[in-house]
Amino acid sequence: MLNFIYQHFSIQTVAWLIVAFPLVGSIINWLIAAATSKKETEAFRGLTAFVGVGFPLLAFLAVGICYLTLIGFDGVDPKFVTGPLFQWAAGPGLTIDIGLNLDQLSLVMALVVTGVGTLIHLYSVGYMSHEPAYARYFAELNLFLFFMLILVLADNLLLMFVGWEGVGLCSYMLIGFWFEDIAKATAGSKAFIVNRIGDAAFLLGMFLIYGVMAAAQADPAHGYLNFATMASNSAAFAPVATIVALLLFVGACGKSAQIPLYVWLPDAMAGPTPVSALIHAATMVTAGVYMVVRLNFIYVLSPTAMEVVATVGAATAIFAATMGITATDIKKVLAYSTVSQLGYMFLACGVGAFSGAIFHLVTHAFFKALLFLGSGSVIHALHGEQDIRKMGGLKHKIPLTCWTFVIGSCALAGIIPTAGFFSKDAILWHAYSSGHIGLWLVGFVAAGMTAFYIFRLVGLVFFGQTTLSTDQWKKVHESPVSMLIPLLLLAGLSIGGGLFGVPEVMGGGDILGHWLSSIVPQVISHGGEEMHSQEIVLMVITSLWGLHFTVLGWVIYTQKRAWPIKMAEKLGAMYRLIANRYYIDEIYDALIVRPLVSFSRAFLWKGVDDVAIDGLVVYGTARSIGVFGRLASLLQTGVLQQYLLYFLIGAVIIVGYIAL
Amino acid sequence: MIWIIEHLLSTIIFLPLLLAVFLLVIPGTWERAIRWVSLFGSLLILGVTMLAWRAMSWNAGFELQEVIPWIPSVGITYKLGVDGTAMLLMWLAAFLVPIVFIGSWREVSKNVKMFHVLILLLETGMLGVFAALDVFLFYIFWEVVLIPMYFLIGMWGSGNRIRVAFKFILYTMAGSVLMLAAILYAAWQCGGTFDLLTWYDKGFNPIQQFWLFGAFALAFAIKVPMFPVHTWLPDTHTEAPTAGSVLLAGVLLKMGTYGFFRFAMPLFPLAVVKFAPLMLTLSVIGIVYGALVSLVQVDLKRLIAYSSVSHLGFVMLGLFSLEPHAVQGAIIQMINHGLSTGALFLMVGMIYHRRHSRLIADYGGIARIVPMFAALFIFLSFASVGMPGLNNFVGEFLVLLGTFQTQTPYAAIAVLGVILAAGYMLWAVQRVFFGPITHDENRALTDLTGREYLALLPLVALIVAIGVYPKPWLSKIESSTEQFLKLTKRVEMIVPVAKNTTGE
Repeated sequence: MLNFIYQHFSIQTVAWLIVAFPLVGSIINWLIAAATSKKETEAFRGLTAFVGVGFPLLAFLAVGICYLTLIGFDGVDPKFVTGPLFQWAAGPGLTIDIGLNLDQLSLVMALVVTGVGTLIHLYSVGYMSHEPAYARYFAELNLFLFFMLILVLADNLLLMFVGWEGVGLCSYMLIGFWFEDIAKATAGSKAFIVNRIGDAAFLLGMFLIYGVMAAAQADPAHGYLNFATMASNSAAFAPVATIVALLLFVGACGKSAQIPLYVWLPDAMAGPTPVSALIHAATMVTAGVYMVVRLNFIYVLSPTAMEVVATVGAATAIFAATMGITATDIKKVLAYSTVSQLGYMFLACGVGAFSGAIFHLVTHAFFKALLFLGSGSVIHALHGEQDIRKMGGLKHKIPLTCWTFVIGSCALAGIIPTAGFFSKDAILWHAYSSGHIGLWLVGFVAAGMTAFYIFRLVGLVFFGQTTLSTDQWKKVHESPVSMLIPLLLLAGLSIGGGLFGVPEVMGGGDILGHWLSSIVPQVISHGGEEMHSQEIVLMVITSLWGLHFTVLGWVIYTQKRAWPIKMAEKLGAMYRLIANRYYIDEIYDALIVRPLVSFSRAFLWKGVDDVAIDGLVVYGTARSIGVFGRLASLLQTGVLQQYLLYFLIGAVIIVGYIAL
Repeated sequence: MIWIIEHLLSTIIFLPLLLAVFLLVIPGTWERAIRWVSLFGSLLILGVTMLAWRAMSWNAGFELQEVIPWIPSVGITYKLGVDGTAMLLMWLAAFLVPIVFIGSWREVSKNVKMFHVLILLLETGMLGVFAALDVFLFYIFWEVVLIPMYFLIGMWGSGNRIRVAFKFILYTMAGSVLMLAAILYAAWQCGGTFDLLTWYDKGFNPIQQFWLFGAFALAFAIKVPMFPVHTWLPDTHTEAPTAGSVLLAGVLLKMGTYGFFRFAMPLFPLAVVKFAPLMLTLSVIGIVYGALVSLVQVDLKRLIAYSSVSHLGFVMLGLFSLEPHAVQGAIIQMINHGLSTGALFLMVGMIYHRRHSRLIADYGGIARIVPMFAALFIFLSFASVGMPGLNNFVGEFLVLLGTFQTQTPYAAIAVLGVILAAGYMLWAVQRVFFGPITHDENRALTDLTGREYLALLPLVALIVAIGVYPKPWLSKIESSTEQFLKLTKRVEMIVPVAKNTTGE
């Protein structure tokens, strides 16, 4: 099979096909959507689904071929670049080639994006089956995959930014997919605008990088924004590393929903659930983490920036976890959980464990996609109900959804030996062993909260007494096979997906760490028996801690549901503060949005434009000269045609003069 | 035929005038004939423009030159010639006119003949402005543009059109008068010639430069328009007929930026050094101010008009940063703004023709009723917002990248425009297209017609083409940028050596 491909295609062609397939799928479905925009028809639904799932699958296979090819070369660093497809711009210093870069890091990302992506596309076939705008949905989802792959595979910062903005666009369209609901449409706009704040900082960071490379007289052959060029001149960043790193990190905070720009992600749950799974859990929101890891050579130059990244990550992890405990919408719980887990990934980056961040990114993609798809299955079964207080006991009705969801929850809670255990433990261990005891403690506490809120969710939704009426209860049904297959596969990955990152103390090979070793700095070797025993002790403590809260959450919310209500009453003000999401949205609205709008309206528009400039200067001058009245009255007497005649005569004379 | 090949620029410029005269002969009741003749005539002009495009080498200074002594006694010659920038802008004007004719096919129903005559006259003026190498000739074309535009607004405009037409003419005349005085003075200083290339070689002394730049800059700044002389633009755009708005945004505003690029800056480099902080500040204010005021507009056309203030701020920022990439970005941004904002105005015209309202509040939820209209409008909004892969990003990116290298604080503030643009555009899109249908009269809206697709799709195609693959466009303005910078940065020619370090 592989040999056949090698005979007919170069590996570069295969790499281009990775991004080309989803684009083609998207274009086909856009055309179908346009053709059926006049009247709804069932005619093309089969084709839409076939194209919509088929092209992501082809992309996954293409990534697989590249992967297998690269690991086939023994002893060679498995990476290659495609070289430019075309030049975006060329000039002194500003050469920008449109090229792809397949290395250990981007391949891991591409495998996750296309693999999980394909499963979610498959799931969508069933989940969206009642949707009139079926073709538009798949067109947008495929387009997302295209931009995400551009983002991941780009060999330069500008092309990465193209993908970065492109996934933002798709996120906007898909959050507001049901645009007739103004709240959903608003959520889409909010996501895009909040992200733009980060993007502006990203742009500034990029400009600064360009300036540094120009000053360092880097080799301009591939352009200053090329990753390889940047990496080989990384020393030049030293004087400005902190500011570059922080500007880019603000960009990452937007895309990856960190404090203070996280506010768009909970609202983004307005989109269809598979979209939440793919874009707002597994892939797009991890782009910020990917970018930091990709540019790790800048970050490591600035201890200050690293501290900031780690602190923001840890703060976000615990802050979002508290909101996860009080949220009552099944998808909102998962959304806060995503924000919190992304915080862990940044914590890992900040303490220098870049491969740990990628490890958690991958396992999180598996189990969080699983949890979202599971919640979608629940919502589907309950015909749109999302309030977890109105569920309960569903394990009898939808067992497969229930048990896969429990597996995902165990992974999120970090129960041994699921994938989430290994990746989260790796992060906490690195935070601890690198001397960030305070941050470790924050992460440790947040891990307990994580276990608690997710098993609160499990308890309320699947176990205990149901709160559904008998009527509703009867209508609950298990999802179709096309939705269950992705659940089962992702459940498998949530259990086994951690194996390639098992740390050495547990007899594993830390395969991922070695695989990424040529791209990210190796974590300082914690040699010595004493460190090993510490690592094991901590591991045991962490897992017991998680298990403890798992049981606690599960027991309280299946059997003693009255307790937390009483607790909430007792805590009063504090509970209300958290349940209202610390009023952050309201604060932003009152401090930034509203003042800006009223300042623009009352002062700039009505004040400066209408009164100061127009009223005083323009018309004031006109009146004082008295021309206004005269000219205006001339106009109204209908001399128009005459004027035009004079003008034409003049023009003809001029032309005549020239011609003669 | 040979005459045409040797006088391509004259042919391009005066074909519209010829066509206008021809239209005057046709009886005004033959409306269909007038429309078809104008459309094919304007396509022919575009065709000849493409001939000129093909004839360019794009890196040899002013090409396709034509020189005829005109009024030798006072040193006025009929001198034409174009570099890459001028050619692209001429092409833009020639490209937009047929689109405007298609777009106005149904919209304009009164006095069809005069309408087409005026647009063609306007086209002659616009094309001439970009091709003139004699400053007096430039001035004539500059003024020629005003008159048809004045009547277009006054006769086919809406609402308070007379007052607005007057405001438009008053504003621009105020600038032009000073410019005329400056031109005459400068010509006298240069020994009685209006030849631009001779002016380039003449070193005006610092005081002369200061005043001459001031006079030129005021005229051009009004046209751009820069803050705080921008207030004619929203009024004019709002009341102008669609064709007027498209050409105004697409081409007329670029006459201002082109004026800076061709005249005010390279002629008076010393004054540029003096004025740069002021001009950069005003550009940045324009970017942020235009965006903020756009945010709160209730009228869709006004919103897009204010957004032009913001977008043109990027052009001015790029020019005054005096950094090669930024200047290139500024020039490409002139073209880009013409395409995407022109297309937006066309679409607003289309919906206005159906519903006779431009107020955002009169719509709401119409994406359900007119999905293709919504899709294209949203596409154009994202182009306008600066989505990578679409055209505006290229200009904004290069302007900001370049400006950041030489004028970091200005670029850092200008980036706010990128955020705010998303704010005002998406908010407007949301209020017009999304949510429940709030007005029952909108249920009867019809989606885009074939004719409307015909007007929009060429623009859409170019927006994507420039965005995905800008290199061919950028390479066409490379040498013209170099020439501009060489002239504008020749401070050392006049300033004592001691100051030389600051110019580097």
